[in-house]
Order: sequence, then structure tokens, then C-alpha cells
Amino acid sequence: MEPILNVTGLKKTFKLSAKQQKIEKTNEKVKTAVNNLSFTAYRGEVFGLLGSNGAGKTTTLRMLATLIKPDEGDAIVDGASIVNHPELVRTKIGFLTSELKLEEFFTPNYLYDFFSELHGVPAKEAAERKQSYFERFGIDKFAEVKVGNLSTGMKQKVSLVVSLVHDPDIIIFDEPTNGLDVLTAKVVTDFLQDLKEKGKTIIVSTHIFSLIEKICDRVGMIINGRMVACDTLEAICAGKTLEERFFEIYEEKVGTIDEK
Amino acid sequence: MKNNTLTIIKKEFARFFGDKRMVFTTILMPGLMVYIMYTLMGNIMTNQFTSADNYVASGYVQNMPAELEPVLNELPVEWNDITSDEIDTIQTSLTEKEADLLVIFPENFVAELNSYDVSSGMAAPNVEIYHNSAKPESSDVNVMLTALLESYEASLSNRFDINAGQNDYDTASDQDMTGQLFAMLLPMLLMTFLFSSCISVAPESIAGEKERGTIATLLVTPMKRSSLALGKIISLSCIAMLSGLSSFIGTMLSLPSLMGSTSGLDTSYYTMKDYLLLLGVILSTVLVLVSLISIISAFAKSIKEASSTCSPLTILTIVVSLVPMMGGDMLKNLGMFFLPILNSVLCMNSIFSFQMEVTQVIVTIGMNLVYAGAMTFGLTRIFNSEKAMFSK
Repeated sequence: MEPILNVTGLKKTFKLSAKQQKIEKTNEKVKTAVNNLSFTAYRGEVFGLLGSNGAGKTTTLRMLATLIKPDEGDAIVDGASIVNHPELVRTKIGFLTSELKLEEFFTPNYLYDFFSELHGVPAKEAAERKQSYFERFGIDKFAEVKVGNLSTGMKQKVSLVVSLVHDPDIIIFDEPTNGLDVLTAKVVTDFLQDLKEKGKTIIVSTHIFSLIEKICDRVGMIINGRMVACDTLEAICAGKTLEERFFEIYEEKVGTIDEK
Repeated sequence: MKNNTLTIIKKEFARFFGDKRMVFTTILMPGLMVYIMYTLMGNIMTNQFTSADNYVASGYVQNMPAELEPVLNELPVEWNDITSDEIDTIQTSLTEKEADLLVIFPENFVAELNSYDVSSGMAAPNVEIYHNSAKPESSDVNVMLTALLESYEASLSNRFDINAGQNDYDTASDQDMTGQLFAMLLPMLLMTFLFSSCISVAPESIAGEKERGTIATLLVTPMKRSSLALGKIISLSCIAMLSGLSSFIGTMLSLPSLMGSTSGLDTSYYTMKDYLLLLGVILSTVLVLVSLISIISAFAKSIKEASSTCSPLTILTIVVSLVPMMGGDMLKNLGMFFLPILNSVLCMNSIFSFQMEVTQVIVTIGMNLVYAGAMTFGLTRIFNSEKAMFSK
């Protein structure tokens, strides 16, 4: 298998304001969100990052998407370093997170063309891909409706499509089905499986066990910013369900759930 | 990715010009409001301080001297003779704006005048004129009557005159008068309008994108941060220019009403070269202001925070715009043209007052471009800063 993403010793800390210290009930002025995190993803696989809220999944993905810089460590994305060549990394990835919003004033049609232009996609190629995506997700009927007037599910579909205008080889999804109704969630999940079949590499973070079990080849468990397990789904589960294994590992590394 | 600056400019224009409400409130409304406001102010002031042409004032006079009667009758006043008993009643009428003038001459006024000796040290015969300054008609006839009596007094002991001939003793040309007035007013008005225009668009575009979470979507594209910064600043400057232009046109159209018809303002004294240089100064000033407000907006978490942080700058700009009025000979000090904002104010002042030197304009535009360039670079760095872009 050919490695396409190699993450080595990523570390990210955030300064805590007095207000944040109070909320987190700590006297520490610095919070380590991700600590010495390493893993490898191979071309054509779906890699799942599993962890509870605040475990460090989103911070990891934001570093991979070059939105924030790591304090230590690096990640090589299809040969490009997130530290040294962030602009090159951005040409190779598609990143989708609920944190990224679309201008509500514009229509899906306009936004698709705008982001295609920013990614330097040739006009003809962009038009063909747009038609294909819009038909698949049923956006074509709403292509000229302002994003602000679309339903939450349709907005998410438009965000998804816009993040893939340049047909990237590596797709990073942060909580892809969060906040979606069951129908839209299924459309997104099916699309991820299609992308996998097309040979795309998908890095997906979630705390939904069933999603991981359904689409992931390998999984990395993150607890308190550290990678505590990383292997194929079968190897990690060892005959148990992913949920059972997660809590076993959690209690082993952190203590009982009640203590937390 | 070379055209990404252009892509951002197109997107900003599409965002702005696609929103009719925004176009109306940012471009059309300022000019319209300025025009209506200044025209209204001018008309109110004109009406406040002038009386109707055909108005005949009601005047009351005690002991009117027969010698003065023909002269006083030339005034647009209907004179009524009164006695001492009526004085209080007439004064009340004056206060209530029912009467316009009350004149009390001493008994035997002319005889007292003729027998009065200045060297005697005694008080001169006194004429009392009561009027109501809150009533324009009353004020007007008071001024006319006072002038008439002063002229009469001067004729009694005339030793010399000043400017009694028909010559135009003020040698200032109409061009000088126009220049002086425009140089005093327009730099301040222009700077205020330009700053208001910039503040109405830049925080919405930059702090607004942060607040709405749309800036992160742009930052995950391969576009260079410098393209984003440059695209934003150029597009916002164009929009702010249009807004500033609207206010300027509104001001120019309303100036005749505001200054009164006798001001003799004539913009034809300014040549095409003056207008082009002024346009250059305005453009470079807008670039500086937009860059400055963009940097503040990039640090702000919301439009509201950006706008309130920019408020002291509005006051600073107005204060700096007033500097040329405070005197001194700043226009001769080239060093002053290196200071941002002040250089623009001085440059506009020199253009409007016909004292402009090309070197001053070149230094101003050059320095403004340098400042705008430096701040665009700064904005690029801020777009790269996760602390500035993603801090909650």
C-alpha cells in the first residue's frame, strides 16, 4: 500500500484565557489539544479518527487542512509538507467541516464557479463536474436559490460539493453527518463510499461508531490529544464491536467513564 | 492562481452590487441625504435671517422730528405716532412679535442736536430704538434705521470719508474667494465622507466574513493570502470611492443653497489638471483608509467590534482635516506631505486654494501608495495568523 498521508509527532497547544480556565476548571494557562500524534493513511483508504468531544480530532484535521499551524511535528500530504508548503497542500485536499460556512447571499451556482476559479479548475471541466454533482445531490433544482434560503441539509450538500470542486485525491471530513437529518446523512455516507470506490483517500473524524464501522478501512482512536490505538477496524475490534473496544481502551487509558 | 485577486474583486462586486439595499444605503443614500440636508439647512438659514421683499413693518415712533420724516418714510415701515403712555404696551407687542420697531426721539431732538457741544462733556441726545432680534423683519428694519441715523449723524459733522467712491476696494478676485471658501470647507467634508464610506464597507467585508465563518472557507483554498488581501482592498476601495463620490456630488449640488446666492462660487476656475490631481489624491487616500480599516477589521471578532474600534479614527480624521484652518504655513513644509491623512488634507487644501505644487501631490500620492502597500502586506500577515483569524 502506498502512503499518501504521513503524520509525524503533531503537537498543538492553545493559550487559555482566564474565562476559558474557569470554564475548563483548570489553573493551567496552556491546553495541549494534540500531543505527539502520528499516523499514516494509505492511498484509496478511508481512515477514521474516533474520539470524544474535545479529544483533538478537529484540531488535527485543521492542522492537516493548513488552517492552523502545528507547534511541533509535520504531516506530509501527497509529498507536500503542511509546515513548509501549505499552499501546495491546499491544492491536494478537499476539506469540509461545519466550521466552514458559505456566503448566504450567493447561489450554489455562483459559489461553485467561484471556488472552481480559486482552485484554477478549467471552465469546461468545472462545468461538467458541477452538472454531475448538482444532479447527484439534487442541487440543480436550487442552483439559483440563495444559500440563505436553502434547508440545512441542502446547505450541507452545497458545502460538500464546493469543497470538492477541484476533485482532490485526499478528502478530509470533520464530522460529516453532524446535524444532518437521516436522509441527508445517508446521501453523504453513500457519497463517501463512492469516493472510496473511485480511489480517493478519505480522512474522516467522528464520534459516531456506526459511521466508522460502515465506511472506514482503518481507524485511529484519539483520547486527550494522543493516538491511543491505530489499526485496521478488524484488528482494533478483535471480535467485539467498535463501541465496546473504544470504552475498554478509554477506561484503560483514562479511567472509568464515571470518573470523567 | 494569478487571477485570484481578480476573482476576489469580482466576488466582492457581485456581493455588493447584487444587493440592491446595500447599493442604495451605501452609494445612493449618502449623496441624497447630504443634498437634502444641506439644501434644507441653507433654505432654513436663508429664511431665518431674511424677510420677505414686500413686507411692511409696523413701527411706532414718539416725537418724530419733522426734518427726519421724509427720510424715515423711505423705509418699508408704516409709522404710527404714539405717546409716552403707550410705550409699555408697544414694548409688550414687540416681545410678542406683533410690532416690529419702537423709536423714541427726545423732545425737540433737532434743537438739542444743534445746540449740543461735544466738548461740554454732557451726554449727547439719545435716540432709543427697540426691536426684536428673534423676528427677522424687526431685525432688518432695525439695521436699516440704525444705518440711516448713523449716516444722518455723520452728515452733521463730516470730516472725512472711507471708501466713499464707487470703486471695488476689495481687490480679491472671485477666483480667490472661491478658492478660499472651498479650501476651508471641502477638504474636511471630503475626508469625512471618504472615511464614512470606507467604514461602511470594510468592516462588513472583513470582520463580517470572520463573524459569518466564511473567511475560513476561503482560507482552505490554494489562493495566496496576498491575493485575498489585495482583492479585498481594491474592491472595497472602488466601492468606498463610489460612496464618497456620491456624497461629494451631493455636497457640490447643495453648496449654492448652503452658502447663499451671493457667495459667488464658481467651480469653473478649476482646470482639468486640478480635477485629475484631486482624483489621484482621493483615490490614494481611499486606499490608505480602506487598508487601515481592513487591518482593524481583521483583528475584530465582529462587525460591531470593528466599527466601534474605528470610531476614534473618525474623530481623528475630522480633527486632522481642521488643521489647515488653524493657520501656519504647512503648505510650504514638504515634510508634512509624508504624514498619512494630513498629507491628503493639505494636498486637497492646496488644490482648492490654487496653491498646489506638483511635488506635493506626487509626494502625497506616492506616500499613500507606500502606506497602503505596507498595510496590504500587514493584512496578508494577519490572514496567515490563526490567532487573528480563528480566536473566539
